[in-house]
Amino acid sequence: MKKTVICGLVAALCASAALPATAADGAKISDGVVRIGVLTDMSGVYAQVGGKGSVIAAQMAVDEVGGKVLGMPVEIVSADHQNKVDIATATARQWIDTQKVDMITELLNSGVGIAVQKLASEKKRITINTGAGSTALTNKECTPYGIHYAYDVFALAKGVAAEVIKDGGKDWTFITADYAFGQSLEANARAQIEKNGGTVKGSVKHPLNTADFSSYLLQAQATGAHVIALANAGGDFTNAVKQAKEFGVVGGGRSLVGLLIFITDIKALGLDAAQGLKFTEGYYWDYDAQTRKFGEAFMKRAGSMPTMSQAGVYSAVKNYLKAVEKAGTDDADAVRAVLGEMTINDEVIRNGKLRADGRLVHDMYLAQVKEPKASKGAWDLEQILRVIPGEQAYQPLAESTCTLVKK
Amino acid sequence: MEFKQVLQQAMLGLYNGAFYAILSLGLAVIFGLLNIINFAHGALYMLGAFVALIGLTLLGGWLGSPDLAIGYWASLIVAPVVVGLLGVVIERTMLRRLYQFDHLYGLLLTFGIALVIQGLFTQFFNTSGEPYPGIPPVLQGATDLGFMIFPKYRLWVVSVSLAVCLGTWFMIERTQLGAYLRAGTEKPDVVRAFGINVPLMITLTYAFGVGLAALAGVLAVGTVQPSPVMGAEMIIKVFAIVVIGGMGSIIGSVATGFLLGMVEGVTKVIYPEAADVVIFVLMAIVLLLRPAGLFGKE
Amino acid sequence: MMDKRLWIGLALAGLIAPYLFYEVTLAKLVCFALFAVAFNLLIGYAGLLSFGHAAFFGSAAYVCGYVVRDLHLGPELGVVAGTLAAGLLGALFGSLAIRRQGIYFAMITLALAQIVYFIALKSPITGGEDGMQGVKAATALFGLVSIESNRARYYFALVVALLGFAVVYRAIHSPFGAVLKAIRENEPRALSLGYKVERVKLLAFVLSAALAGTAGSLKAIVLEAATLTDIRWTMSGEVVLMTLLGGMGTVTGPIVGAFTVAGVESWLANIGQAAEVSAWLRAITSAQVVMGLIFIFCVLLFRRGIVGELQHVMKRNLNL
Repeated sequence: MKKTVICGLVAALCASAALPATAADGAKISDGVVRIGVLTDMSGVYAQVGGKGSVIAAQMAVDEVGGKVLGMPVEIVSADHQNKVDIATATARQWIDTQKVDMITELLNSGVGIAVQKLASEKKRITINTGAGSTALTNKECTPYGIHYAYDVFALAKGVAAEVIKDGGKDWTFITADYAFGQSLEANARAQIEKNGGTVKGSVKHPLNTADFSSYLLQAQATGAHVIALANAGGDFTNAVKQAKEFGVVGGGRSLVGLLIFITDIKALGLDAAQGLKFTEGYYWDYDAQTRKFGEAFMKRAGSMPTMSQAGVYSAVKNYLKAVEKAGTDDADAVRAVLGEMTINDEVIRNGKLRADGRLVHDMYLAQVKEPKASKGAWDLEQILRVIPGEQAYQPLAESTCTLVKK
Repeated sequence: MEFKQVLQQAMLGLYNGAFYAILSLGLAVIFGLLNIINFAHGALYMLGAFVALIGLTLLGGWLGSPDLAIGYWASLIVAPVVVGLLGVVIERTMLRRLYQFDHLYGLLLTFGIALVIQGLFTQFFNTSGEPYPGIPPVLQGATDLGFMIFPKYRLWVVSVSLAVCLGTWFMIERTQLGAYLRAGTEKPDVVRAFGINVPLMITLTYAFGVGLAALAGVLAVGTVQPSPVMGAEMIIKVFAIVVIGGMGSIIGSVATGFLLGMVEGVTKVIYPEAADVVIFVLMAIVLLLRPAGLFGKE
Repeated sequence: MMDKRLWIGLALAGLIAPYLFYEVTLAKLVCFALFAVAFNLLIGYAGLLSFGHAAFFGSAAYVCGYVVRDLHLGPELGVVAGTLAAGLLGALFGSLAIRRQGIYFAMITLALAQIVYFIALKSPITGGEDGMQGVKAATALFGLVSIESNRARYYFALVVALLGFAVVYRAIHSPFGAVLKAIRENEPRALSLGYKVERVKLLAFVLSAALAGTAGSLKAIVLEAATLTDIRWTMSGEVVLMTLLGGMGTVTGPIVGAFTVAGVESWLANIGQAAEVSAWLRAITSAQVVMGLIFIFCVLLFRRGIVGELQHVMKRNLNL
């Protein structure tokens, strides 16, 4: 233990002696350790999407580089923000002020995500949000050090809308969770439908946490639309799908589309109820040899396949460390600049390019849930129909309302 | 708005009303004798659904014989019994110590119990719900009601709910046991003087009330994914229904449960935006006009 | 005499604290303490359990956030606006609920608060689940003192909270407070003595709601955000827990309780660090479960609360 500290110190001294000019604040790695904070929901409704799995994913990325970058140790700290903004910001502040955390990732809930991104940027720290869907993170609320990683609601809605219309699903109707998040999912999808020559025949709003969707499903069915899009998430989404099956809403040329689906939701529904569902996502473990490599390694440690959010944490930490290595420092400006120049290609992210507004643009996938008989294993759930190149998947930079984007 | 469509929505609402009725009935029974609002009711409703789920999918594995499983029909009995026993434990070890104090302590205690149960399940199960694969084939599919195609499962739930509610009402209002119960509510000392074991009666009443919640939980698995958070949102609505019906009124809670299910259903087509607040708005109106609730005695 | 020392002690502790602890966390605790003190006015002195106080706390936070962020007015105006809004909402709730007692009262306040929550969830002004972010006071306090630094914000919160404590303290030690206690002990008798019971209770309710609103407004300013957590029914439960744990009906109990509950929450947040611990250990240390266990423990064995229990012990020892 002592030895490593001494070695580290010596290495730091040598390195700083060799490259004194590039060091931003006199030291290349501030306080001799690169600390990464995984701030996530470990006890609430998003615990399966992120939670403990995200900490494991971050640890895997650190283990891969031998727990060291530029000769300095890399440490993971984690905390449960309980989906409370006050707990999250207090933890983030404490991490930055007293524990010298250099980067904060995961974040999940968008209220928490926006607040922490804002706070961290004021203190010149990078945040990489892999869990929240809100596009506000890279528009109105964008910051110089805030990065939005794995997906966002724009990409999810756009991908599936454009692709389903291409396959002939021209007229749509929505079942939308009646609050800001659901409305933003619907608005994003609507814009894409109209752009691609489809029509929206109707929309019905349901309250958050609805147990019974029958009424909404029948109303949607009555519009005669061929595509019923579910602009909701989690328990609302799974119950809507389950009851769509009960009422025989799907079939006869009518299909169901989900606008925000995690692999855990499909697991929650079971293939029997979920089969045929189309959606967009940012990562699926069984896409190719590389994605499988990470998925299976994660499975071994966490006991489940990673969600796109957990996989995003792995990739975020891995590439953050690469950028630190390349920049030769953990100074946020330098690392952010390197990240902006990199093209990210790894087990999770393909053709990833980080933009000025903080959006990581990368390939997305149009997926369809498999039929039960086509599934060969407990996690063989999806079939990837098509790859959607990043530039087509995400909101164009020109449309971003982020003030950091030069126009 | 066509009449037929309103009728359809009312029918769908009746299904939700079936749950409101069973849950508020359980609350009313407990409130009647114990004078406690059982805040844990939602968590125990959730627990009922999970007893059915675990019994079907996990129990066999835990016991080392994977073939062993408790099916849907058995769950209808097993879940209320298991949760009822838990109710006995809660009443005997905790609630009992609080009767001498302000009744509000009972509310706070059950609130704590609800947090613990829900918090534990959130750690082990998916909050998006878990699939329940055991609905018997005879309850699957749909039947033609003339004005709409209605899933058989929902008809089944409505009939069970009606039967349970009527049975409970009959037991309390028309039998000797019910007479003791009612007397125990009014004058526990006198009833005890007649040699009736009032503490036992209280324990069993609590167990029965939470057993009803568990039954509702099992009935729910046919249309809703069992999820650790399924009870939390439901319960506040049911509280409002109990207030509207008049607290402690058996017939009031049942009638209001079904009625409000239908009102809510119709609201979903007429003005969907208001569907989640209509119950609370009605509650405010009822309180202004009739503070004791629709069926309560002032 | 005792009282004077108490106040001086509180103020001194408040002054020194930021040199020992992190200001923003302290400021948050101060907000919760005021919230709990406001709540205690109802439960501790009027015997009314409101299960909907998050409605006042949260809606005031949104109102304050709107005034400060979107109308660009000073933080003092934000707090005043939040307080007034919560007071008005309190008058509305109160006029519906005050006629009932005990559990009925609790249920009605809970259901009314639910309506307010749904409005906050849907309204475009609140930002839904994104929350109202970036509530930064653009103008200085009264146009004079900037509260941009953490420490300035903390002292602002401390001063306002102390004012709030003083208001509650005055109220319970006034004839009004005496009537309240009389109603709590024996409502029919108070009625027969000619007190306008309903009006006194309503006044207490409005005062409690308004001060809960002050706390919520302060929280929005201190943490620069107002979110759905502030207005959800779980927040109503938390303030009950704070008051219960600290000691209902004691002057300092709610403050102690608020510090303890919020402290435990922050501590639990970091237990997550041990990612490889067993699932069961993680489960029983999850925030919800721990809060629930504290509730059960308090109700069963610790009804006087921390401060109440201390006072009880002290009294008994003095009598010996």
